[in-house]
Amino acid sequence: MADTQHGPSGDISYDGPPDYRAVGRHGVYPETSHDEIARFNFLAQMNRHLSTKLMPGVSEAFETRIEPKRETAYETRHQVRKDLVKDPLFQWWSALRRATMENRQQAGRWVTLRQAEALNAKVHELTDGDPRLKLDPDFTLPRGVCAIDHHCMPGSYHFENTPGDITGPANYDAGIFATTGGMLGRFNDGGGVAVAEWVKKNLGADFKPKRILDLGAGLGHNVLPLAEAFPNAEIIAVDAAGPMLRYGLARAKTMGIENVTFIQGDVASLSQFEDESFDWVQSTMFLHETSYKTMPMIFAETQRLLKPGGIVLHVEQPQYSQDMPLFEQAMRDWDAFYNNEPFWTKMHEIDLDDWMVKAGFAKDDLIHGGVAAIVDPDIFPSAAEDTEQEDYGRKAAWHVIGARKSA
Amino acid sequence: MSDIDPLKLAGAKAKGKRPWFFEDADVERVMNITLALMQEVAVVRERLDTVERLLERDGAVTREAIESYTPSKSEADERGLMMQEYIARCLRILQQDREALTRGKEASSEEVADEFARTD
Ligand SMILES: C[S@@+](CC[C@H](N)C(=O)[O-])C[C@H]1O[C@@H](n2cnc3c(N)ncnc32)[C@H](O)[C@@H]1O
Repeated sequence: MADTQHGPSGDISYDGPPDYRAVGRHGVYPETSHDEIARFNFLAQMNRHLSTKLMPGVSEAFETRIEPKRETAYETRHQVRKDLVKDPLFQWWSALRRATMENRQQAGRWVTLRQAEALNAKVHELTDGDPRLKLDPDFTLPRGVCAIDHHCMPGSYHFENTPGDITGPANYDAGIFATTGGMLGRFNDGGGVAVAEWVKKNLGADFKPKRILDLGAGLGHNVLPLAEAFPNAEIIAVDAAGPMLRYGLARAKTMGIENVTFIQGDVASLSQFEDESFDWVQSTMFLHETSYKTMPMIFAETQRLLKPGGIVLHVEQPQYSQDMPLFEQAMRDWDAFYNNEPFWTKMHEIDLDDWMVKAGFAKDDLIHGGVAAIVDPDIFPSAAEDTEQEDYGRKAAWHVIGARKSA
Repeated sequence: MSDIDPLKLAGAKAKGKRPWFFEDADVERVMNITLALMQEVAVVRERLDTVERLLERDGAVTREAIESYTPSKSEADERGLMMQEYIARCLRILQQDREALTRGKEASSEEVADEFARTD
């Protein structure tokens, strides 16, 4: 990069997160001051430093002083983790990673809470009375959503400081750049963009979905790219958390995306939708926030809701297969135990194919694939090309497991 | 006035028992405070960089100009590098811990002194 040669660092070329100002601003994006941006920049760089400079040291510690001390071979990833937590390098990396996450939450919450009134007013004006927002005042939150605050996010996805408050999702939206070091692209939708492209490439030109259901859609980061890729389709985004849906509709509208309806519901029981009424059921980075009790219900609902010939796709980090080294499995469990993602560890150890078959999909109809975030590579770091950053469970590359319902 | 107190709520604790990694939790508390200070110095450093660039460009600086400043791609890269250099400096001790790991057993100065004092 010739144009960086005049800086204080001489002629080293830059490889890292873009400036926060490269993040896309939709109409309800919180305002950020110069120093708030600088704080997010630091946090993104800090996460990048932890994953590229310190995390490799954990595997070196494992190879040089942890595993050699063990008398019998490891049998489970939990044995590996129990030894890792005694190692000083793992402790420092973990303590810094946890602290960086807590600082990121504080930074993002400060940004959104200080402008709560204005943000809430704007979002209400955009969504009140809009039939594409269907909230259920009597809704009981599933235990999977409210047992613990996911990724150290106080109030998780659902909490409202005042009725209809959306500062929670606004914080999630404004700070995800810092957690991922910009790997998800301008609108943090690189995963969804990749899914849409994958579907077009792998399911052929004759796959023209008219009705698409997104499970656990959150504030819609990854469902809007589907709505854009299939502008004539009707998209239904279901989530348990009211604030995510309200913010999601406002965000979509200001981005000019009009074909998504946001519905509050528990995706384990979707009796409001008729049998065989969807061409495509999608979930993105969602299954790890459910439970063994609800997953079969979700898979069975999916099977019921799909039209014959319709497809379901779940996008997730890879499962802990037999071929995955136990060290890698233990590292991938980090977010489960230390970043409030408790079901992550249990979800990743099961045989998803088997669970899909038990829900009624034929083994021959299962679909497998992989996607990496698609971003503007001139500005954002590209996970597909990035070999330096493994970052285990946080890498912007996922597996696709799904099925086509027999016609 | 809104009922929301941003300062109090921004730093609220997330639900779920917090994991601690160091044997002495006080070490981890001090590390957390140090990291927060490191972050705030980074913020000041970035602001100073903005001020310098505005002064170079305009010969004057206002708070409004600071708020609306957007670095070009090459300026952003320079600032990114500056931040990486800064973090590497602050976390130097951990880099060295990592290097020590892969270097195998190294002699201490006491051992080397003894070696140098031998005449046999
Ligand atoms: C990690 S977020 C993923 C959001 C989104 N798919 C994306 O890619 O950005 C998981 C979402 O699932 C929702 N969720 C968890 N369990 C649910 C359930 N049983 N029914 C509906 N939504 C649920 C949460 O409220 C949360 O918004």
